Amino acid sequence: MTTNNCERHLKLSGLEPLVVTPETNFVNIGERTNVTGSRKFLRLIREEKFEEALEVARAQVEGGAQIIDVNMDEGMIDGVEAMTTFLKLIASEPDIARVPEMIDSSKWEIIEAGLQVVQGKSVVNSISLKEGEEAFKLYARKIKRYGAAVIVMAFDENGQADTYERRIEICERSYRILVDEVHFPPEDIIFDPNIFPVATGMEEHRRNALDFFLATKWIRNNLPCAHVSGGVSNVSFSFRGNDTVREAMHSAFLYHGIKHGMTMGIVNPQLLEVYDEIPKDLLEHVEDVLLDRRDDATERLLDFAEKVKGNGKVMARSNQEWRNDDLQERITHSLVKGIDEFIETDVEEARNQVDRPIEVIEQHLMNGMNVVGDLFGSGKMFLPQVVKSARVMKKAVAYLLPFIEAQKEDNARSAGKVLLATVKGDVHDIGKNIVSVVLACNNYEIVDLGVMVPPEKIIARAVEEQADIIGLSGLITPSLDEMVYLAKELEKKAVHTPLLIGGATTSRAHTAVKIAPEYSGAVVHVNDASRAVTVAGNLLHKGKKASYMEGVKSEYEKLREGYLSRSKSKSYLTIEEARKNKLQLDWKGYQPVAPGFTGVKEVTVTVEELEPYIDWTPFFKTWDLHGKYPGILKDEVVGDQAKELLKDASEMMEQIKKEQWFDLRGVFGIFPANTVNDDDIQLYDENGQPGLQFLTLRQQLKKSGKVPNLALADFIMPETTGTRDYVGAFCVTSGFGVDEKAKAFEAAHDDYNSIMVKALADRLAEAFAEYLHEQVRKHHWGYSRDEALDNQQLIREAYQGIRPAPGYPACPDHLEKATLWKLLEVEERIGVTLTESLAMWPAASVSGYYFANPGSKYFGLGKILDDQVKDYAKRRNISTEQAEKWLNPNIAAR
Amino acid sequence: MSDIREALQKRILVLDGAMGTMLQEYRFTESDFRGARFADIPQSQKGNNDLLSLTQPEAIAAVHSKYLEAGADIIETNTFSSTTIAMADYELEDYVYELNFESARIAREVADAFTARLPEKPRFVAGSIGPTNKTASMSPDVNDPGFRAVSFDELRMAYKQQAEALAKGGVDVFLVETVFDTLNAKAALYAIEEVKEELGVDIPVMVSGTITDASGRTLSGQTAEAFLISISHINLLSVGFNCALGADQLLPYVKRLSQKSDFFISAHPNAGLPNHFGEYDQDPAEMQSLIRRYLEENVVNIIGGCCGTTPEHIKAIADIVAEYEPRKNAAVL
Repeated sequence: MTTNNCERHLKLSGLEPLVVTPETNFVNIGERTNVTGSRKFLRLIREEKFEEALEVARAQVEGGAQIIDVNMDEGMIDGVEAMTTFLKLIASEPDIARVPEMIDSSKWEIIEAGLQVVQGKSVVNSISLKEGEEAFKLYARKIKRYGAAVIVMAFDENGQADTYERRIEICERSYRILVDEVHFPPEDIIFDPNIFPVATGMEEHRRNALDFFLATKWIRNNLPCAHVSGGVSNVSFSFRGNDTVREAMHSAFLYHGIKHGMTMGIVNPQLLEVYDEIPKDLLEHVEDVLLDRRDDATERLLDFAEKVKGNGKVMARSNQEWRNDDLQERITHSLVKGIDEFIETDVEEARNQVDRPIEVIEQHLMNGMNVVGDLFGSGKMFLPQVVKSARVMKKAVAYLLPFIEAQKEDNARSAGKVLLATVKGDVHDIGKNIVSVVLACNNYEIVDLGVMVPPEKIIARAVEEQADIIGLSGLITPSLDEMVYLAKELEKKAVHTPLLIGGATTSRAHTAVKIAPEYSGAVVHVNDASRAVTVAGNLLHKGKKASYMEGVKSEYEKLREGYLSRSKSKSYLTIEEARKNKLQLDWKGYQPVAPGFTGVKEVTVTVEELEPYIDWTPFFKTWDLHGKYPGILKDEVVGDQAKELLKDASEMMEQIKKEQWFDLRGVFGIFPANTVNDDDIQLYDENGQPGLQFLTLRQQLKKSGKVPNLALADFIMPETTGTRDYVGAFCVTSGFGVDEKAKAFEAAHDDYNSIMVKALADRLAEAFAEYLHEQVRKHHWGYSRDEALDNQQLIREAYQGIRPAPGYPACPDHLEKATLWKLLEVEERIGVTLTESLAMWPAASVSGYYFANPGSKYFGLGKILDDQVKDYAKRRNISTEQAEKWLNPNIAAR
Repeated sequence: MSDIREALQKRILVLDGAMGTMLQEYRFTESDFRGARFADIPQSQKGNNDLLSLTQPEAIAAVHSKYLEAGADIIETNTFSSTTIAMADYELEDYVYELNFESARIAREVADAFTARLPEKPRFVAGSIGPTNKTASMSPDVNDPGFRAVSFDELRMAYKQQAEALAKGGVDVFLVETVFDTLNAKAALYAIEEVKEELGVDIPVMVSGTITDASGRTLSGQTAEAFLISISHINLLSVGFNCALGADQLLPYVKRLSQKSDFFISAHPNAGLPNHFGEYDQDPAEMQSLIRRYLEENVVNIIGGCCGTTPEHIKAIADIVAEYEPRKNAAVL
């Protein structure tokens, strides 16, 4: 690309920045929200269907438009009103408003009205010398004061520039006035040197494209910092109806335009072929015309165009055949396939056939959702599809609600009211949201209290809402105790609403042993979302409930007995005995690898760099699709669904990359360390002075033979060896930016993508941890410089050393996170915080330690005894009660 | 009046702390707020701190003095809400010109007295221009997203009146602060440009936005960088963030501005986050240690305090700024 000696970049903003640098290949301006260019958009604006008009804008941004052009210039429309209304509505849609707007009008009052309603830095399209210098300067001064960039048309008092000379003459004059007199920032000037049709048969049009290219190059070389834009589809005006030629022409025009320095343009991405995929002969004919390479270029292209006409784009409309089915079948089809395009039309038709709008929900939509439910129940539909169905259902209900309200009827008789909450101190909500969607599609009314909900609030709302079921969710281990606490509190308040327990760390055993005995109401553990519907149905079914609960209770009773007797039959060592049986690595002759640096470092990374490190298996598990990646893609049962899910995920991943949704931040440190007093890892500062300690816990279950009782401290050289060893620590996050995206999707009734964005953020956080661990092994610490492992080997943890995380089996002690936070200054450096239950916020974060010793390995702590708890409390300097609270899930039953 | 730009080249300037926190200690009653002059107006005035410039001017002057004694280089006029829009709640729209003019005059007098005492440390008066209580780019009604409680022109006119009175009252610099909706700030900037042009004066402008939560965005949804781009069409003296968060959580966003802007950078965070009773309990020593990070990382030219800060906090900050060089405002982009 031509650059023009400019250090200052064009910077625009919506909710997010758009900076045009020499590295920016080309800025693509959306053109569909323009009443002069789109009949559909014109009709929507005329009929004041602003909701649908917003969808046009949304589709453009989703389709990759980096700026959206808004034009309301039409005789029958009140331009000021339409422009301001539409821009204000865009402002309330974060997924549209994130890109800058282009306020497009030939009338100054419309432009100024538009400038008064946008908070970001937009682009005015356009001003020119057409009305003379005074008006030009007046407008430019105002635009500058409003804070916008401007498109300047190559147009003056004598008309529009149509030759190379006129183009550069007008552009230069405009530039000098703007820069020298108005002091307009030159980087905010974008010239439109007029794209006119070629191959019209008129001799004077032969150089239209070529002169545009040359003028573009001249502008970029002679008018510092200025940009060049244009409306590309004009060039192919003569070939309307022949999309093959038009697409090739647009693509070739852009190719040459960009080469000559064009930096942005209004392009319809649907009418654009990939330059390299234009057939050679067609390309040659097109370029002959664009570059005016032959006298007979036009005739040759016209002849050639006849030949290629029509072949290629005969898009099959046949897959729209279902639109001819009867109404119920159409609605069912939309629900099953998750198609939201026609649902409002169909629901409207249904509404006209019934007496009361509520009947559409009770009949048409529920019939459809029953089919979805049956298919899901029989394993023929999968969770991602069901969530898409729910999206359509929500849209239909949202459409009907005003009509229902208007009739002042009671709400739809729901199957029951379910209150859902992620418990206090926990921020994880993917699973809870899935349950919410699945239950909602089954006609349950959902009251979702969100994350980190204090028990008082859950109880108060359950009473106030007269909930039929309370669903509790949590992912981190302290949440287990929170659930026990909540059950006790409910019992005290004599609330006996059935409890559903779910979330990754919850288990049938924990529910049976720890929660159920505290509560006289029903308590059921629900291990996946698809079971929630059956369980809720059973619990609320008058006839079935009693016998169902009998079944659950006796099942839990058995579990409890089994559990208690099993834990009794296990034998444990005292902590002293366990310490005597610790892992004795051979330290003689072991020389720890000194790291490249000690201390703390911040790191950042791009999504592109992380992609190779992503472990997809847990991603599928999030969606209740079980199986190992990539094998799962070929699975007979879930393979197709897994493929589709991966495709949606990849598409979103592209967007995540392109639009930089997430802010990836990481911090890690490596410190001199030795093990002291058997189980503590003492860290030292650069002067060798002792600082913080990592407190590790030791296995106490009696082992057979020579198997040692492990603690993480065993992997670090004891101080008594006289040699300094090292230990590392890290925290990475991909969570900044996730919540806003998820909320925006939810606001658009799009739970599917809301869950998707969170699931992908989780994957990226894990990938970041994997990536950083590798960097540490190979570079920062450098104890495995020659390591060459592929992603599968990484997933199998084939590397030397480990990175255990507090809160996970080797170190279930969440309090260690507080130490990590202090040590690495995690909050100050990267903004990740700890909740009162020591969950990390944002949720898509990973923290842990690095152990380098080749003898270090992952293990599970298992159960520990009171003596270690007391000892630990002393080391931690907290009360035994506090220690019991934090370690509770790991304390052996007495 | 010495030039603030010159001072900023040489050292980090300290901005004062909260006015409201200090005024609370006076425990003014409804009748104190009203004074003799407003004894008979119908609307309750308790809590209308800006009115105290007219009814309890000694108290305002005393707070300014305390901050200057603590070492502040810049004091803010008591005019955060002195626009016709924000004063509408108190039905005092007609007094807005006087409120601004008097507040500026009081601050000017106190600042000049300190400058006279110690000429090598000139003190400056910043005309505080708050966001008003209405948003121009968001609807207060979730069911009517196209609705706006205030228009650009209404804001522009209100700000113009405020800026003109502040200029005539003698402020050295305008401070458009606690920006939660960038469009409100753009209206203020537009108005200030008009005032400067009409009065033929060159008063520099500081802008300070506010990041409302850990999402790292303004209330109106912009990222720090988008916010910066949206206000950079004016040749600002400084850009920064204040309020909403404590110094520790604000730092990453101030850093981002520092990387992306060639304006001077300011920060005036709260004394931590409010506790369950809405009080700020970060003490001066804690805040000092957090502010030290700003200085060590060399990301600010102007540093001060917002909600919950007192002269003790400002003193703790002023005590350490001299140890550090001001950030050099080299443009990155």
